[in-house]
Amino acid sequence: MSDEHVYLSLAEGHEDDARWAYGTGFEDPLHGVDTTVPEGVDTGQLAAECVALADDALVSAQRLAEWTTRAPELEEEVALANIGLDLLGQARLLYSRVGQVDGTGRGEDAYAYFRDADDFRNVRLAELPGGDFAFSIVRLLVLSSWRLAHFERLADHPDPVLAAIAAKGVKELTYHRQYAAEWAVRLGDGTEESHRRMRRALEQVAPYFGELFTACDVRDEVAAVLRQVTEAAGLPMPVYRPLPGAGRSGEHTEHLAPLLTELQSVARALPEATW
Amino acid sequence: MVTTARGRTTTPTPAAQAFDARRARRVAEQVPDPELPMLTLADLGVLRDVRMTEDGTVVASLTPTYSGCPAMAEMRADVAARLRAAGFERVEIRTVLSPPWTTDWITDSGRRKLTEHGIAPPGAAPRGPVALVLSPTRRTVPCPRCGSADTEETSRFAATSCKALWRCRACREPFEYVKEI
Repeated sequence: MSDEHVYLSLAEGHEDDARWAYGTGFEDPLHGVDTTVPEGVDTGQLAAECVALADDALVSAQRLAEWTTRAPELEEEVALANIGLDLLGQARLLYSRVGQVDGTGRGEDAYAYFRDADDFRNVRLAELPGGDFAFSIVRLLVLSSWRLAHFERLADHPDPVLAAIAAKGVKELTYHRQYAAEWAVRLGDGTEESHRRMRRALEQVAPYFGELFTACDVRDEVAAVLRQVTEAAGLPMPVYRPLPGAGRSGEHTEHLAPLLTELQSVARALPEATW
Repeated sequence: MVTTARGRTTTPTPAAQAFDARRARRVAEQVPDPELPMLTLADLGVLRDVRMTEDGTVVASLTPTYSGCPAMAEMRADVAARLRAAGFERVEIRTVLSPPWTTDWITDSGRRKLTEHGIAPPGAAPRGPVALVLSPTRRTVPCPRCGSADTEETSRFAATSCKALWRCRACREPFEYVKEI
């Protein structure tokens, strides 16, 4: 192990299975955590909650990663990739928790790579195609505001593992929301073209708001953030027009399956591979 | 009867066991962080505990910095490898998720080393929920190279999760800044 330079140490052989890239066969991110489920916690409900939150995060991370090499500026590319990485980390922890509580003992890979679109429980907003930068910013603003408010509540969850994952996530999501909100104001209050695109993006995400508020009631909190941002940006508050269907029940748009095909392609082509 | 760090099979005295436990702690504390190699895991505050069980197993507890930090597996492997190389045969690495890591746990010596390497150390981490602030906030991060307070943020995200990008208007150098979390 070379102490002096991180890249030298990367090139050295690892006897202990440490790996740097994401793929299959990784060490459980909950390795060595006390995994007992406290009495009185409904394991079915806990597993369902963790799957939904993990699926939101995984699908969002994939969409954010799509900006890599094509963001407006290098700094934004780095930012979006960093936000995606935080969400991917949250997804890994949550999937690992699901495997411990749903009675199957499956690892994170089983959930991320070996389920089909019908089994995913993410909200549809997360899976919609990237669109332009304005759309990605508005979607990130809505999803991070919701997730932050929800995680603040989950930090008191009776399951200590979910509570700890949420408490950690709160700190990360605070940065995500701040990033999205600042860009929303800059674009909404920017040029005629950026303002027009932000208006369009708000109209595009509005039909998908409803799905976020079924499990827990943080609607007022999220609405307050959106009001604060749209007022500062000189944008109208979007009008909520619900769409039939619900990602939380596995009813997805046609966009999720192709996203998963790409995300899962290597793991499915080489299901036994580790790297 | 246990195999001690020195490789003999013997019944350790409490004093010998305490000595081994202290030595194990020192070994684990010196492991460098994979992404900020000028810091040890102890400097960074991710090494939460090192103890020795009655059967001579060294149990080291680590906490991740960010949920998606890809260096976590590397840290676990490095600590285990260093302890084994130091003669501790039974090593167990535990992950601690709660309380979550905060930059407040970076030690004073860690902060000094960051500055020496041109990375601005974090300020005090916010406590409790952080409200969304949209008005421009004035905050000062002194340039780690020239000390000037005339600096500005260029990106809140950088090469690793834990850092932001800044630049100094006085000496014109860009620098990284470990952001508070």
